[in-house]
Amino acid sequence: MPKRNDISKILIIGSGPIIIGQACEFDYSGTQACKALKEEGYKVVLVNSNPATIMTDPEIADATYIEPITPEIVAKIIEKERPDAILPTLGGQTGLNTVIKVADAGILDKYKVKMLGADCSVIKKAEDRKVFKESMQEIGLDLPKSRFAHTMEEARAALDSIGLPVIIRPSFTLGGTGGGVAGTAEEFYNIANTGLKSSMISEILIEESIIGWKEYELEVMRDVKDNVVIVCSIENVDPMGVHTGDSITVAPAQTLSDREYQNMRDASIAIIRKIGVETGGSNIQFAINPKDGCMVVIEMNPRVSRSSALASKATGFPIAKFAAKLAVGYTLDEISNDITRETPACFEPAIDYCVIKIPRFTFEKFPEAKDLLGISMKSVGETMAIGRTFKEALQKGLRGLEIGHSGLDNKLDYNTIPQIKLKKRLKEPNASRIFYIKYALQSGMRADEIISITGIDPWFIHNIKQIVEFEKSLPKKADMLNKDILLDAKQYGFSDKQIAAAVSSDELTIRSMRKQEGVEPVYKLVDTCAAEFEAYTPYYYSTYGTENESRPGKAKKIMILGGGPNRIGQGIEFDYCCCHASFALKELGIETIMVNSNPETVSTDYDTSDRLYFEPLTFEDVMNIAEIEKPDGVIVQLGGQTPLNLARHLEAAGVPIIGTSVASIDRAENRDKFARLIESLNLSQPPNGSAVSVEEAGKIARRIGYPVLVRPSYVLGGRSMKIIYDENSLSIFMNDIKGVSEDTPVLIDKFLEGAVEVDVDAISDLDTTIIGGVMEHIEEAGVHSGDSACVLPPHTLSDNMIMEIKRCTHALARELKVIGLINIQFAVRDNRVFVLEVNPRASRTVPFVSKAMGLPLAKIAAKVMAGKKLEELGITKERAITHIAVKESVLPFSRFSGVDIILGPEMKSTGEVMGIDKTFGIAFYKSQMAAGSSLPRCGSVLISVKDNDKRDIIFIAKKLSDMGFDIIATKGTAKVFRSNSIDIKVVSKIGDGSDDILELIKLRKIGLVINTPSGARGQSDMSFIRQAAIMNNIPCITTLQGAQAAVNGIESVLKGCLDVRSVQYYIQKARKGGNVSG
Amino acid sequence: MKAKLALEDGTIFHGYSFGAAGEASAEIIFNTSMTGYQEIITDPSYAGQMVVMTYPLIGNYGVNSEDKESRKPFLEALVIRELSCVESNWRSEMSLSEYMLKNNVLGIQGIDTRALTRHIRTKGAMRAVVSTDDSDETNLVKKAKSSPGLLGRNLVKDVTCDKPYNWSKKGRFKVAVIDCGVKYNILRNLEANNCSVKVFPCHTSSEEIFLENPDGVLISNGPGDPATVLDVIDTVKSLIGKLPVFGICLGQQIIGLALGGKTYKLKFGHHGGNHPVKDIVSEKCYITSQNHGFCVDIDSLCGNDIDITHINLNDDTLEGLAHKRLPLFSVQFHPEAGPGPRDAQGLFRYFTKMMGESHA
Repeated sequence: MPKRNDISKILIIGSGPIIIGQACEFDYSGTQACKALKEEGYKVVLVNSNPATIMTDPEIADATYIEPITPEIVAKIIEKERPDAILPTLGGQTGLNTVIKVADAGILDKYKVKMLGADCSVIKKAEDRKVFKESMQEIGLDLPKSRFAHTMEEARAALDSIGLPVIIRPSFTLGGTGGGVAGTAEEFYNIANTGLKSSMISEILIEESIIGWKEYELEVMRDVKDNVVIVCSIENVDPMGVHTGDSITVAPAQTLSDREYQNMRDASIAIIRKIGVETGGSNIQFAINPKDGCMVVIEMNPRVSRSSALASKATGFPIAKFAAKLAVGYTLDEISNDITRETPACFEPAIDYCVIKIPRFTFEKFPEAKDLLGISMKSVGETMAIGRTFKEALQKGLRGLEIGHSGLDNKLDYNTIPQIKLKKRLKEPNASRIFYIKYALQSGMRADEIISITGIDPWFIHNIKQIVEFEKSLPKKADMLNKDILLDAKQYGFSDKQIAAAVSSDELTIRSMRKQEGVEPVYKLVDTCAAEFEAYTPYYYSTYGTENESRPGKAKKIMILGGGPNRIGQGIEFDYCCCHASFALKELGIETIMVNSNPETVSTDYDTSDRLYFEPLTFEDVMNIAEIEKPDGVIVQLGGQTPLNLARHLEAAGVPIIGTSVASIDRAENRDKFARLIESLNLSQPPNGSAVSVEEAGKIARRIGYPVLVRPSYVLGGRSMKIIYDENSLSIFMNDIKGVSEDTPVLIDKFLEGAVEVDVDAISDLDTTIIGGVMEHIEEAGVHSGDSACVLPPHTLSDNMIMEIKRCTHALARELKVIGLINIQFAVRDNRVFVLEVNPRASRTVPFVSKAMGLPLAKIAAKVMAGKKLEELGITKERAITHIAVKESVLPFSRFSGVDIILGPEMKSTGEVMGIDKTFGIAFYKSQMAAGSSLPRCGSVLISVKDNDKRDIIFIAKKLSDMGFDIIATKGTAKVFRSNSIDIKVVSKIGDGSDDILELIKLRKIGLVINTPSGARGQSDMSFIRQAAIMNNIPCITTLQGAQAAVNGIESVLKGCLDVRSVQYYIQKARKGGNVSG
Repeated sequence: MKAKLALEDGTIFHGYSFGAAGEASAEIIFNTSMTGYQEIITDPSYAGQMVVMTYPLIGNYGVNSEDKESRKPFLEALVIRELSCVESNWRSEMSLSEYMLKNNVLGIQGIDTRALTRHIRTKGAMRAVVSTDDSDETNLVKKAKSSPGLLGRNLVKDVTCDKPYNWSKKGRFKVAVIDCGVKYNILRNLEANNCSVKVFPCHTSSEEIFLENPDGVLISNGPGDPATVLDVIDTVKSLIGKLPVFGICLGQQIIGLALGGKTYKLKFGHHGGNHPVKDIVSEKCYITSQNHGFCVDIDSLCGNDIDITHINLNDDTLEGLAHKRLPLFSVQFHPEAGPGPRDAQGLFRYFTKMMGESHA
């Protein structure tokens, strides 16, 4: 069928900031869709509040709105752009929910906007568990026994009819938030209560527990002619009870016979037809009882998802791209398979390898939270590995996870783990269960016992057992290794490091021994067809076999090292930079080679670079590729800390690193060298020192004076960074910290209380340095730059200070001989500029600055690294803008109960949004709205601040009161307000009466909480208040600066100037400013 | 035990044996199905062939008595990357290795099956030998070269049943199945569509069929070169127009030949579960299960009152045909699945409809 001619302009809704459960996979999908629709000649309008996405690059859509994804804002965009159609299925649950609200509000009807792919009734049929259940029963499919409840009374009744244990799932939420498994009545009432609260429609499903059943997913696509294909099957290693996003998963399904697989396939086809998804992809989850094969349907997502991104990467079948084409009327047989070129998209990929996905957790960031897994998703990222066997893929995946494992190796000595603990760690699903399976096997526990404790399928356990047994069989000495042993080890996925550990040798020795014996990896293609047809898209993975399919070209080529799995501190921003490098080098006619292991990303899309190697980012794996490809240069400064950590070793092994030299990177990262650098340039840094012992640390702290900022060297995202106020806390910190040595000491800085922090991103080509942007943090120094909101251009800094900051930046870039990007963090206090940190690499803020300024910094940087001069590129002057952009971070606290939400020097945010407007107030307001904590426009504000802030809060409270807000305060704060004649209501703190703050929060009688915690530890009952606010989705501001900005924003919005404008508009305006050509 | 795989062009692969030991020579082809090794092993159409499974992990779910496609394994050898160390499935009765040993089928694992598949794809299906007995590579290549291959070879007579038997006795339609190597799933599908099924050896004459007074005849799948199956071609010639006829796979090739068309050998055939086929009338696409090395030449059928009903979307080869006037149709793919997708199972219902109408 030809494409539709009755529509010409299509609105696509993105998924907003990276949060747990919704990560870069939607940028990958959305970017594909935008490109596909533009290719077909449609005008594409896009809304996404996340500036770190490729999809919000100005050239991807025709009109790009980096605006909050809320019904109010989307309605404004529709009113302005008048699209003919809206594609709701690409922006994750956020996109879907927003479109439904917009439709329910009658906006789509009013402006005659058609819904493509799936309309409201379809979405509701799939998302509303009751309707879904009825639909499934109509086509003869089973669901676990279940009942709905809208109140606690109904929940009680449901429990009586189903019986414990049960699973509680709230309707219309994201990633299973608020759900859980209840084994006792007490657990049941707790979970049911939170579940009802987190559901958008106050509805929970109480379901018969099928914990321990095998869990599967199928990715299905359908076109307007009702052709349906299954793209991929996925089997979870963890049985039911662990959220799919937190499970280790394998593709294709491993333990289903053809008959059982076809039953599932038939069911999927029947489901997509029954629900009525007209075109596009859906994800359907099933559970199977391992004892008798009884199959039940768990759920369906009528949209592209994390799993569809994984399926696309696992098979080479671009689901989102095809979904977009199907949405505008094409059928599967009319679309050609990019990889084989000659065959159509109407087929089911045949895989001839094993794919494994392993989630990446960051429980270390939230020490108060247990690392237990359940039906609410906790992981922040994932890695994918491809091997010819499960064993090979598993070990590659574990080292690709970048958590210090080089395969299924040991972090603990199994002998030291008590049996009780071992069994507990096997029984309760947790982030390191896979390693405990190994420890259990090593300790002699029988496979059967492990299978029965964990509920994991015997197939997986026995494969793991083979790895353990092989490791045990390795000789104890390196000289006893031979070609056969080495080859077997490699085919089992063992890294050189693992082999070295087993034979008491080192990685490089094993590497050279292996090469001598001719045991080298080969690269195979991901080709959708198991080699049945010739493939043209060079998407490779390594294995040990007899034929290498990689065909490196002779043209000039540059290899870009990606950032691996997302984690807090290293996410989509770095992938954005890597993609841009690839785009930029292509513009220069240079071949690009991408190496990355993150399936969610645009960088691992097979058409982003000339060649893609889907491999772990370890020295061994990267070196192997470098030896085959022999690139003219390797870029390490764009993928975050991951490639940077490899730089020294790669350079030592003769790999040509381009851009800023490894020596310069070291000069910036090594504290002593850095101090000398600052001194030689006559700049200032906070007094500091480095220590390896408690005594040394105490001496330094006494010298420079408390409070001090402490952290281990070479970290990203402020891992284990703390502000310490006294000697006692300092010795506790020094005693707790691991991995401290002369090479990696603890760094101790004087903490500059009350300073304003500033971030600068700049670009340099040795001759010229151009400042990309100067960002002023809204929170004071001490909050990690990744968690702090910031504003561009600075809104309170004096011109003198800005000049000084720029002078320092130029001096540092010149001295460090920066080629490419540099990020510098400054603190400004009492009209003095201190250099806090210099990072001669891409920073997290590069995409934000690029979007805000309309200057693609990462692209320019890549061209500079490839030898271009800034002048040649037309980048000769800083760009000036007349608008304001605010970056706000998004925090995952609601996922980790028991964790206080106070911001500090350790980064905790998962993502970011941008608010952009003509004034600071509106830009800030938008940033809050986009971050999911919309500031109230009326109602009550709860204020409780520490003593130091009491003077400054008066002005804020007065302003709020004048704007018509009711001010509620705790006793101490109230006293200050009263004496300044502000009308207030006093509330007691926790536990003494019905007016108790917690109650007001739960009843949502408070629209905003302003609470600045005092001292090293916040008051404990106030921490409950903050948590309650977060759990009830009430914005909670913990800094005075944040409160000031909020008041500013509310004031502007109340004046009625909340309006939307496209990025293209801002860029054009900046260009007209005429500062830069190009 | 170490084993070697030698191709007639001199290529050697080294691996380890599983299942039975010994030596086997046959044409080597690859199958891209990710599930269904048991069905493949027991599919009589693989007689005279050894199969490379492109999916590397085989044996994961064991072998059971319900999923077999015939009375015994027919292929000569199974070539895989890795045999599972354990079988995990609630229906599993024994491991693949045990099953193959019991049925004296050779297996070789540890092969870079992707390299081998690419080799077959570029050079075409060829003769090969797998051996645990002989390690002399020159010798093995010689043996591969001297093995018979498929072209011009009638294997149907080796796999057909000895004498007629009833598969199911209940059903509204009485179907006679000419067994050229029929898969049980064809019989199961007929049974599920309200047919009583009687299976006849391939050499059964049309007269014997008429004596049974069936409502329709199904010409089954089977191995080898269709052009050699002269007796069945003759039988079909005399059935056409007299009884509704449905041909599957080799059955279609035989019908094509009976209608005066020609067949030819494909470079490496279609063996797998993901081939898109378009129904020309409804314009709908099916994902189909396929297993054939020969094909009916579309052009050879022109002007014979024949409609082309199905086309392969990958390579535009003929996938289905029907007579313009007479109750006769056939498909090249396997609507019965087993293994593979069941998208085209409706064709069995269509066959019963045809039988119903021809009564009226």
